[in-house]
Amino acid sequence: MSETVPLLTMRGIVKSFPGVKALRGVDLTLGTGEVVALMGENGAGKSTLMKVLGGAHQADEGLIAIDGRATPFHSPQDSRHAGVAVIYQEFNLVPGLTATENIFLGQEETRAGFIAQAPERERATALFQRLGVEIDLDLPCRRLTTAQQQLVEIAKALAFDARIIVMDEPSAALTSHEVERLFVIIRELKRQGIGVIYVSHRLDEIFAITDRVVVLRDGINVGERPTNQITRNEMIEMMVGRELKDEFPSRASAVGPPRLEVSHLKRGRAVQDVSFTVHRGEILALTGLVGAGRTETVRLIFGADRRESGEIRLDGKLLAINSPRDAIQAGLGLLTEDRKLQGLVLGHSVRENFGLPNLERLSHRGFVQLTQERKEFAGYVEQLTIKVSDQEQRAGNLSGGNQQKVVLAKWLARNSEVLIFDEPTRGIDVGAKFEIYLLMNALVAAGKSIVMISSELPEVLGMADRILVMHEGRVTGEITDARHATQEQVMSLAHA
Amino acid sequence: MKLTRLLTDYGMLIVLGLLCAFFSVTTYSDQTPKGAAAAKQVADSIVQQLGPQARVLIVASEQPDDEAFVAGMTSDLNAAGARIVATVKGGPKEARDALVKITTDGGKVDAIACTQVTGAWLVFADLKTDFPALGNPRVILPPSYRWPNFLKSENLMNIANQIAVIAIVAIGMTMVIITGGIDLSVGSLLALSAVLATRFIRDYAGGLEASLGGMLLACIAAIIACGLVGAFSGAMITRFTIPPFIVTLAMMLVGSGLAYTLAKGEAIYQIPDSFVWLGRGADAFSLPNAVVLMLVLYALAHVLMSRTKLGRYLYAVGGNSESARLSGVPVKRVLMFAYIASGLLAGLGGVIMASQLKSGSATYGNMYELFVIAAVVVGGTSLSGGEGKMLGTLTGAFTIAVIQNGMNLTNVESYTQKVVLGLVILGAVLLDKIRQTR
Repeated sequence: MSETVPLLTMRGIVKSFPGVKALRGVDLTLGTGEVVALMGENGAGKSTLMKVLGGAHQADEGLIAIDGRATPFHSPQDSRHAGVAVIYQEFNLVPGLTATENIFLGQEETRAGFIAQAPERERATALFQRLGVEIDLDLPCRRLTTAQQQLVEIAKALAFDARIIVMDEPSAALTSHEVERLFVIIRELKRQGIGVIYVSHRLDEIFAITDRVVVLRDGINVGERPTNQITRNEMIEMMVGRELKDEFPSRASAVGPPRLEVSHLKRGRAVQDVSFTVHRGEILALTGLVGAGRTETVRLIFGADRRESGEIRLDGKLLAINSPRDAIQAGLGLLTEDRKLQGLVLGHSVRENFGLPNLERLSHRGFVQLTQERKEFAGYVEQLTIKVSDQEQRAGNLSGGNQQKVVLAKWLARNSEVLIFDEPTRGIDVGAKFEIYLLMNALVAAGKSIVMISSELPEVLGMADRILVMHEGRVTGEITDARHATQEQVMSLAHA
Repeated sequence: MKLTRLLTDYGMLIVLGLLCAFFSVTTYSDQTPKGAAAAKQVADSIVQQLGPQARVLIVASEQPDDEAFVAGMTSDLNAAGARIVATVKGGPKEARDALVKITTDGGKVDAIACTQVTGAWLVFADLKTDFPALGNPRVILPPSYRWPNFLKSENLMNIANQIAVIAIVAIGMTMVIITGGIDLSVGSLLALSAVLATRFIRDYAGGLEASLGGMLLACIAAIIACGLVGAFSGAMITRFTIPPFIVTLAMMLVGSGLAYTLAKGEAIYQIPDSFVWLGRGADAFSLPNAVVLMLVLYALAHVLMSRTKLGRYLYAVGGNSESARLSGVPVKRVLMFAYIASGLLAGLGGVIMASQLKSGSATYGNMYELFVIAAVVVGGTSLSGGEGKMLGTLTGAFTIAVIQNGMNLTNVESYTQKVVLGLVILGAVLLDKIRQTR
């Protein structure tokens, strides 16, 4: 970072929402060619601060300066004009348009009112060359991989000469290999003098790519240090405000007899031939690159998609699973990867969400026993320490961790024997993660079985009893002693 | 907090109340009592002013209301012990003739009991000079009073009766819209059901001599036929994932075409008089039967939506069908239920309409799908699904009916009415949006 005027200065930013003071005077600076990690638990104010910078929210107080000059940030247009591009976790791409069309959306080059297709295409090609990648410019964006879509977002930022790029959880949907490629690109952006604000929960990445760490807690700065002068534990302590002994709670492994056996599952190219067994009291991790067919596999087990062939047995008994309803009745539960799109009905109350898979039991002659439902849910709210204002709170208003706990409560009340956790801690802050891990441990200790899909290798190694690695729709490797495995071991199997 | 909750839950009810107040004020006008009620007031005032032994001449015109006036007067006066000298039913000439006759016979009259209309006749203007021998009788009229036309019980009953069909069909539409769908076929199904029911009665149940059982069977058959069309729409939507808009648009055309074919382009009216019981009769507390049926159906639907598993599933499917499916909700069956219910209720609406109009025609229910959707939307149900209340729909239906009725009473042109109604629908949804974003 140079001694001259910083590229971006945010000073004393205050932002209140009805009932909450989200930001209480936050400072942030970013130099030319610098990568700053913005860290903090969910609810610490990271997203709000980035929305202020992106012009989506307006600060109540405070000052934002670009190159030392105070600049208005009243709208996304202002922000864009000031050279700021925010790449949100949920991409802002029109799925049906091609990469080129998305890049120039809203700033199309025209010749006599017609879009100048050839020059746009050339510019898009040039942008991707600058990033050192190749993207098929004729495919609609929905056919691109997540990593490729992210590159389109970055190219879009460069297309309007952004000098500050905010990346909100950029690695959340990427595999380790893709994250490595992203880092190469970030280093390239750095070299070109672009400042990057990197928002992430993944500590490994913070150490790998960032120059400086800024930590927020409860809407205020709690610490700032060059990345090479801070340790992992110090960083976590700063975020949670207390000392954290371990990221993963320990557990005595007590694996019993086989519980769920799947053999020769097949559906199209995504799942070509998958067989495995989960035992009583076991956490089996299913890992691999994105697109390896992990989510697709568990969706077949759960009856969410129709399988072309394959058998599923529970305790040796063949199950006829043709719909999620069948799977649930057989004793399976699925905590989906995407809670917002698949796990919860966001507009409905947490109580109604909780009741949904349990209504058969909670209703009498078709009438829902509301008292019973409230009572049971209250029990889980206490047991899982779900932070809700009341049972009628909309599920969409909860933080990621609490949403995940509501989903978990659904399946616990259903007394599912085998629980499938698809990316259980994605988008969840450190404190809540630990609680989810504790709950998973308690479940297997009580004799349940867990299948966990995770792209985070530390989580896989820290939580699982056994690891299956998938690659292109097949199981390519198994690590029976997960506790003593290394990330390198897993990665080499994943790239088989 | 409490206030906003109140506004969210009852906002439209407040708007409805304000509309009623508005139309009450604008239609506030002189009212003349008629029939038996008028008779009672006149009789009381005669007894009070002239004592129970008064000699009375009753003068009424030949209006049906005046029949009741004469009958009421006669019995009230007899009960009080007064003497009825004569009763005139006719015009001013008959009244003059009667006065002349009484004078000729040497009779005396203390009071002339009139209605508002007959009391204004010139013949009574100067009795002292014209008929001095009568003994200076007083002309007694029922007192006029001021009351809003809008709030007259006949008018309120009229509103309820007018909206009953739309409101009943809107129950099914609310369910469909809560699941995130739409049913454009209800207007056509209304016509189809009316034609089927009347044709079954004409062709198979004995026409004008049809028995009660025969009529009942014909109506049930018509309603079931509409339920089957709903089931077909539901099947297309769930099995082949065709958007509900397209499927029900197609069924709208099919239904309407079938109705015209079956009716052979004419109205079917060869049905017994007793068929109008459902649409025009009023058995309980003088409430029209159709309105009673509507209220019962709303009570049932409200319980279904708020208290049962099925109701919860309907909301869940509309809120997020993938989450619902992965939670074990039988999504397809739930959707089938919604479209079948919508079809059956549209069929019932058609039967009621046929009963109200005592005939069946393929022209019934034209554009009704739009009014029904408007009622649902004005009632606060979100077209994107997952949200909405049955009682909100009832409020919405009444809001539309009150606006139409109020504009009729205040002599707003029917073209202007359309403009206003359109803007009201837009305004209601806008209000809802503003409330949500706050």
